[in-house]
Amino acid sequence: MLMTISILMENKPGALMRVTGLISQRGYNIESLTVARTLDPTLSRMTLMVDVESRLRGLVIKQMNRLVNVLQAADLTDAPAVMREMVLLRVRATQENRTAILKESEIFGARVVDSSVEGFALEATGASEKMEEFIAVMETYGEIEVTRSGMVAVSLEAKKLRLAPPISKGQPETVGQV
Amino acid sequence: MSNLMSGARILLECLAREGVDVIFGYPGGVTLPLYDVIYDNPIRHVLVRHEENAAFSAAGYARATGKVGVCCATSGPGATNLTTGLVDAMMDSIPVVALTGQVTSKLIGSDAFQEADTFGITRPCTKHNFLVKDIKELAQIVHEAFHIASTGRPGPVLVDITKDVLQGQAHYTPINEIHLPGYKVVTDGHAGQIRRAAQMMWEAQRPYVYAGGGILAAGASPELKELVETLDAPAVCTLMGLGGLPGSHPNFISMPGMHGSYTANMGMYECDLLIALGVRFDDRVTGRLAAFAPHAKVIHVDIDPAEIGKNRTADLPIVGDVKKVLGKLNRNLKELEPEMASKNSEGRNAWWKQVRGWQAEHPLEPVFSADEIKPQHLMYEINKLSDGKAIVSVDVGQHQMWAAQFIKFDNPRTWICSGGLGSMGFGLPAAIGAQMAHPDQTVFAICGDGGFQMALPELATLVNYQLPVKVIIMNNGYLGMVRQWQELFYNNRLSSVELSAFPNVELLAAAYGMKGRIVHTPMELASALKEAVDEPGPYLMDVRVSQFENVYPMVPAGAAINEMVLAPPQPVAVPR
Repeated sequence: MLMTISILMENKPGALMRVTGLISQRGYNIESLTVARTLDPTLSRMTLMVDVESRLRGLVIKQMNRLVNVLQAADLTDAPAVMREMVLLRVRATQENRTAILKESEIFGARVVDSSVEGFALEATGASEKMEEFIAVMETYGEIEVTRSGMVAVSLEAKKLRLAPPISKGQPETVGQV
Repeated sequence: MSNLMSGARILLECLAREGVDVIFGYPGGVTLPLYDVIYDNPIRHVLVRHEENAAFSAAGYARATGKVGVCCATSGPGATNLTTGLVDAMMDSIPVVALTGQVTSKLIGSDAFQEADTFGITRPCTKHNFLVKDIKELAQIVHEAFHIASTGRPGPVLVDITKDVLQGQAHYTPINEIHLPGYKVVTDGHAGQIRRAAQMMWEAQRPYVYAGGGILAAGASPELKELVETLDAPAVCTLMGLGGLPGSHPNFISMPGMHGSYTANMGMYECDLLIALGVRFDDRVTGRLAAFAPHAKVIHVDIDPAEIGKNRTADLPIVGDVKKVLGKLNRNLKELEPEMASKNSEGRNAWWKQVRGWQAEHPLEPVFSADEIKPQHLMYEINKLSDGKAIVSVDVGQHQMWAAQFIKFDNPRTWICSGGLGSMGFGLPAAIGAQMAHPDQTVFAICGDGGFQMALPELATLVNYQLPVKVIIMNNGYLGMVRQWQELFYNNRLSSVELSAFPNVELLAAAYGMKGRIVHTPMELASALKEAVDEPGPYLMDVRVSQFENVYPMVPAGAAINEMVLAPPQPVAVPR
């Protein structure tokens, strides 16, 4: 099943690779990925959609949380969360169907970001399924060009962020000496 | 306190603060600034003959001591050669810090001479890795690397350092605090869960302790022994856990798994409570998962939450350091003992009767012959000499399994074995690391004739540092374990497994300037091994064992753990 993971991680070189590497290492495919800096420039927020057997979902989260750069990984698949995706779409508009396209766009809450004699460039955001429908409708007007942003998600329940406290560097540490 | 130092000197200063006394490495172009500083530094540098072996030696050192092993290689080919050793340490959760040189920051990405994307290449091979491009970050990162390698579930950490950082100058201020907000280690097990575990253990009719490498990593041997004795349960140690419970302990019923004993595997199959401690339910132990411990409830203790429920669902999971958890568990068990211990005594007695019955029915006993040296005979003799005390390092393959079956380990960290990755050529360099850590202890490196040839150049390291490692080659002229599988599962079509042109080890040893001997007959075996152990320096021995002996019992791949093949299906005679 498609799993949605929200990850708060350090904004460091290689951090993205660690997360995506973990997914590919376990033999999964990433269906969607968005990542950007947060208000705190040292941190990034990533939203990831992966096709994972549902019994393994917990394990994937545990493995994500094991990464040193990851502060928090949360499974939003069944959690209360808002998920949105943006679609940028170009459609050829002839004199006859220009009004129809605009009407249809309005239904999906899409905005015209460019208009020319060639046609329109439209911008729409919404849940993934809604966007699929929007694209399908636009396709009926002729050839279209589509760019999708991938999913961004925000959890609706406040989750407390647990962070490891600083560790004082005293005597050299060893593990398991008997 | 702050003074101007080169990056290389800062690095060594940090290593000294981490208590590092030896580095296994191989110099090269970009690590020259480091080697210039090592020249007059008290930290000892051991020059190995191949970078892969530097990583194996560092792991051998770490496995034998519990301290972090350190290896070092130059950029490009040096770093890529380390990778096998890093994955090996990763699979077995061994604390290793690998230091690699990288081309100058400005040249990164330009396909410069001896440049490789070490950071990218080693990302999946390590617990964590770093690229240091700014000298101001060096000290912080080195200490973070040691912290990550040695805490939680241990593992390898790589620090890739550019040449300009090694060469540059900076004010060095000792780091007093490290901050890794995302690195969360849970060491204390949940008190309620631990109490429930104690309850379950007393209630079980057929409890069974399944202890793994985590026991050694946590130094939890005394706690394990106490648990096993309080509960009076039969206990097994996995290949990685051997020595966790003394091999001579009456409750210890050897190793489970693909080449485990009949008793260990039947016990696993029949138990009603599986107490899994620091194990990861590896496929070589479980066999077909669906039929693994089918009647048992599982208590699983592990410091890595991601291990719990990975292969087998745990009825009672406890995330924590197994030493701490067992400490609390033992107290809980003792508290409950007066009211609980007698409740199931009848069931417990029947359980022990069954276990002892299996032991009597199919004991794990060495095979002897008057005409040829049986590999089991070789392990039997080594066991006699070792008396549970020597450090034994092995390669991978048939000899590894026979050693695990027939050599008893009474102390933790005396069995050095590439369990997870199964790396050929591991035994000799790992023995070098162990011998460096314990100069006064007898160290055997038992190799197959295949694995030995992968690590052969390290004989020079033995001679170089006069390390008294006893290299014992179990020579059957084949890649024995591969041949065993070809015999059993590929219609005996022995494809590319015969190792001809094996060097004469007497001449080879002489060429390196060490003692060596070939042993042909069972009669001379014991005295030859004695001679090797008595020799103050390194020793190379080629033991010509019976060629077509195979390891039994065996659980065929994909079979259930109780579906063991106990002996060869029929006498196998293959013309050479």
